[in-house]
Amino acid sequence: MPEVKSTQKVVGVNGNMMTVEFTDRVMQNEVAFAKVGDTRLKCEVIRVRGNRADLQVFESTNGLKVGDEVEFTDELLSVELGPGLLKQVYDGLQNPLNLLAEQSGFFLKRGLYLRALDRDVKWAFTPIAKPGDKVRPGDRIGHVPEGIIKHYIMVPLAWKGEWTLQTVAAPGEYTIDEVMAVAVNDQGESRRITMTQFWPVKIPITDYSEKLLPERTMITQQRTIDTFFPVAVGGTFCTPGPFGAGKTVLQHAISRYAEADVVIIAACGERAGEVVEILREFPELEDPKTGQPLINRSIIICNTSSMPVAAREASVYTAVTLAEYYRQMGLNTLLLADSTSRWAQALREMSGRLEEIPGEEAFPAYLESLIASFYERAGLVRLRTGEEGSVTIGGAVSPAGGNFEEPVTQATLKVVGAFLGLSRERSDARRYPAIHPLDSWSKYRSVVDRKELDYARGILRQGSEVNQMMKVIGEEGTSLDDFVVYLKSEFLDYVYLQQNTFDAVDGATGAERQRYMFDRISKVLEGSFTLPDKDTARRYFLELRQMFMDLNYLPMDSEEFKRQEAGIEAKIAERSSANA
Amino acid sequence: MRKVYHKIIHIAGNVITVEADDVSYNELAEVTSARGVSLAQVIRLADGKVSLQVFAGSRGISTGDQVRFLGRPMQVSSSDALLGRVFSGRGTPRDGRPEVVSDLVEIGGPSVNPAKRVIPRNMIRTNIPMIDVFNTLVESQKLPIFSIAGEPYNELLARIALQAEVDIIILGGMGIKHDDYLTMKRTLDEHGALSRTVMFVHTAADPVVECLMVPDMSLAVAEAYALKGKRVLCLLTDMTNFADALKEIAITMEQIPATRGYPGDLYSQLASRYEKAVDFDGAGSITILAVTTMPGDDVTHPVPDNTGYITEGQFYLRNGRIEPFGSLSRLKQQVNGKTRSDHRAIMDSMIRMYSDYRSTLEKQSMGFQMSAWDSKLLKYGKLFEKHMMDLSVNIPLEEALDLGWKILADCFDRNEVGIKTDLVDQYWPKKN
Repeated sequence: MPEVKSTQKVVGVNGNMMTVEFTDRVMQNEVAFAKVGDTRLKCEVIRVRGNRADLQVFESTNGLKVGDEVEFTDELLSVELGPGLLKQVYDGLQNPLNLLAEQSGFFLKRGLYLRALDRDVKWAFTPIAKPGDKVRPGDRIGHVPEGIIKHYIMVPLAWKGEWTLQTVAAPGEYTIDEVMAVAVNDQGESRRITMTQFWPVKIPITDYSEKLLPERTMITQQRTIDTFFPVAVGGTFCTPGPFGAGKTVLQHAISRYAEADVVIIAACGERAGEVVEILREFPELEDPKTGQPLINRSIIICNTSSMPVAAREASVYTAVTLAEYYRQMGLNTLLLADSTSRWAQALREMSGRLEEIPGEEAFPAYLESLIASFYERAGLVRLRTGEEGSVTIGGAVSPAGGNFEEPVTQATLKVVGAFLGLSRERSDARRYPAIHPLDSWSKYRSVVDRKELDYARGILRQGSEVNQMMKVIGEEGTSLDDFVVYLKSEFLDYVYLQQNTFDAVDGATGAERQRYMFDRISKVLEGSFTLPDKDTARRYFLELRQMFMDLNYLPMDSEEFKRQEAGIEAKIAERSSANA
Repeated sequence: MRKVYHKIIHIAGNVITVEADDVSYNELAEVTSARGVSLAQVIRLADGKVSLQVFAGSRGISTGDQVRFLGRPMQVSSSDALLGRVFSGRGTPRDGRPEVVSDLVEIGGPSVNPAKRVIPRNMIRTNIPMIDVFNTLVESQKLPIFSIAGEPYNELLARIALQAEVDIIILGGMGIKHDDYLTMKRTLDEHGALSRTVMFVHTAADPVVECLMVPDMSLAVAEAYALKGKRVLCLLTDMTNFADALKEIAITMEQIPATRGYPGDLYSQLASRYEKAVDFDGAGSITILAVTTMPGDDVTHPVPDNTGYITEGQFYLRNGRIEPFGSLSRLKQQVNGKTRSDHRAIMDSMIRMYSDYRSTLEKQSMGFQMSAWDSKLLKYGKLFEKHMMDLSVNIPLEEALDLGWKILADCFDRNEVGIKTDLVDQYWPKKN
C-alpha cells in the first residue's frame, strides 16, 4: 500500500464521482483512497478547481458521506511489472481475480485490493550485469525464465540518469521482492533493484532507440485478414461492427492463432461470459507456435460491463502498459481491446458528471486525441540493445446503431493501419467472418501475390456490381459473361473469405496454405470455362464450391487432401476452355 | 435516534433536495407529506445538500415536510415465503397478504467475480424450432426479445417460462398494462407455475421512480435463490420503460444527455442489471429473458442498441414470428455442438437458403422471370415459414432437425445445400 501523504474531506458525491476539498497540494491523476468505515475505495484525481478536486472512484460509492476522509498518496495510477504476469487474470486495476475469488467468494468485494504478483514464487535468476557496470533505466540486470519467455529483470524504467551497480545477485532462486542488485548514482544515492517495478499506466514507456516502419505481416491464420486485409507486426487495426456481427468471435480467433509472443486481452466493458470462455478454454488450447497451453502466453485484463466504470477507463491503459513492458524484452506483443467504445463511453460518463461542454453525441472534445495517443502506443521499435520488439493493437469498436459515422469509429479510423469493418448484411447471411470485402482496407502487406490479389479484388467488386444490377434488371437481363463473374465472386466468398472458426482445420489457415489455396482459387477466377447457359454455370460453380469447401476441412498433408485435389483438377478440366 | 429534517429547498420532477448532514450515498429516507409516507433514495450529495428521488413522486410535497433518513440502502426479502407472491416496485405486497421481512438482502449488490463463473453449458429447451434449432437458449444467458407494441411478446415470454425446465421464475414488470399483468399471472396460474413464481410488478399507473427498482429487486431475489443452488429464470418486461424512467430522473438532475435524451451511462446502467445473469461455479444460475420494445421499430434507438451490445444475442419478434435475420443466440455454440452432429450445418444452411429466398422474393415482386433455381428457393421459403417459423409449431429439437432435412430434400439436390458431404450422406432423407 502506498504511503499516505495527506488526508482530506469529501464534500460531494455524484454517482462514481466524488468531490474533495483539500488544504494541501494535489496532483492531477493522483491516486487517493476514500474511507467508508473500514473500507478504502481507490480513486483518481481527474480535475482540480480552486481548493476542490474531483475524483473518479473505481468502486461503487454507496454509503459514502460528506465529511468522510480521503487519503492522498502522491502517486499516479500504476501497475506492477515483473515475472509472473503471464497467465494472470486481472481486473482493470491489476487485481488478480482468482485470488480475489479465493478471498471474497462469488462477488467482487469493494475496497479489496490484492498484489498483482505472487510474492512466494521463486524464480531462477541468471545475472547478466556485474558490479561496477554503468546502467540506465531499462538496462537488463539478468533474466528469469517465465514459461518459455526469457523475462529480463531491468533497472526500473521510472528511474532517472546513470547508475553504477554495486552488487548483483548470484545465480539462484529468488522471490520477486529479494534484492537483485544495488545501484548508486553520482549524488551518492543508493537504491535497490528487485524483480519488480512500478510504472504509471497513462504514460507510454519510450525506452527504445527508434520506432520502425511495421512491414512484416502478422499471421493471424484468418484468410480474409492475412490475404485481403493484413495486419502488420507493430501495426494497429480496428474491427468495428454492429452487435451480433461477430466482433468478439473474430477477436477470439485472432487471440488464439495470431503469431505473437505475448497476447494481452483487454475485455473492457464487455460481457463477463465472453471472458469466462477465454478463462476456461485458454488453459486447454494449444499455442500453435510453441505447443504450450495458450494461457502461458496470455494476460487477461477483465473489466466487464457491470464492474465499476472508472476502472474500465483504466483497464486499456493497464493492458497497453503490460504490452510495452514485454516489448522491452524484445518480444512481439499483441493487445486486443474489446471494446474501445466502452472505454470511450466511460470517458463520456465521467465527462458528463464533470459537466464539461459535450462534443458530438456527448463524447468529450478530447476523445479523438485520447484515442490517437492510445493507438500510438503500438509500434515496432528497435530497442537500445539492437533487438526489435513490438506492440500490435487491435481494437474492437461497437458503433451505436452499427453506424460507422459515429465519433469513436471515426476517430479510430484516422489512426489505425487496417480497418476490418464487420457488416450486418454479411452476418445476417451467415457469411463469417463478416468482414466486408469491399469496405475494409489495410495499409499493410498481404501474404499472397499482389497481382493475384488485385485480380481477386476485381472479381469481388465486379461480382457485387453484377449482383446489384441483377436486382434491377433481373437474371434474364444479365449477360452470361457477367453472370459467370458473379458466380466467381460468390465462389471466392464461399471457399476463401468464409471460414469456420469452430472447425479445427478450417478455423486456422497458415500462411503457406493460404498462398497455396489462393493460387489455386486464382486459377479458377482467372480461368475461362465453357458454360452454355446460366443454369449449367450455376450448377458447375456450386459443385466446385462444394469440392473446395470440403477441401478446406482437410489437413493439408493428408491423403484425402490429395485425392480431393485430384477430383477438383478433373472437375476444372471438365469445362476449362483452355483444354477444349 | 435518526434525525428528522424539515428543510426541503428544491422540488423538481420526482427529485427533492433537502439540507441534511451525515447522510450516505444511496441511502433510503422516508418523506412524510400530506399525501402520506413515501420512500426516497439519495442520488446526489453536494456539501450540505442531499438530493433524493421520491418513489411516490413529488406531487403534494411541501417545503416544510419531514424527511427521515433510514441509514440503510434499499433491501428486499429473499426468503422462500416470497414464492407465489406479488409485490410492487417498492417491495410492498400487491396481493393483500402480509409483508415479508425476513432474510433481507441489499439490492444492486456487487458484480460477480468473472473467475467464479462457469461456461454456460446447458441448453434450455423451448420446443420452438426458431429458438431450439437456430438460436438455442442456454442456461445463464441474458437475452432480450426485441419487439414493438402490439406483438405477442408477453405471451412468448410466458410460453418460454412455462416450457423451460427451471426451478424458480421471477417476473419483473415495468410500466406494463394492468391487463397484461393479470393475463400473465393467469397463464402462470393455469399451468400450475405460480407457486414457483415471484412477481415484482410496476404498472403504467404507478409512480415512475418505482419502475427503477423493479429490475434490481427481481435480480436481488434471483441472486439469492441462485446462491441457494436454484436455477432461476428472470423475466423482465419491458426494459424500455426502465430506460425511460432513468432518462426522466437524469433530465431532472440536469445531467447532460448523450443520445436522444438518454443519460451517458445508459449502457452501464443496463449492463449492471443484465450482467446479473450467471452460472455460478458451485451454485445455481440466473437466466434473464427481457422484453425491449423498440420505439418506432428502430433497432438503432439507444435502448435496443445498447441492449444488443450487452446481451448475449436477441430475438426479434415481428409479425408474430421470431425473425431468422438479426435474431441471435451468442451462446448457442456452447451447446449446439453437443446436440446432434447435423445441428450446426442445418442451422447455417437453412438460414442461408432463407436469405436467398428473400432476395428471390424481391426479384419476383419486381416482376422478373424466375429461373429454375429461383423456383426451388420460392418453394423452400414457403415451407420454411410454414413449418419452422410459425410460433404455433411445438416440436422437440430432434424432430425439428429431421424436418429441416426433409424440407431441404423436398426442394434441392444434395450438392446445392452447401453442407459437408459426409453429413449429407448421413442425414439426407432416402427417397421412397
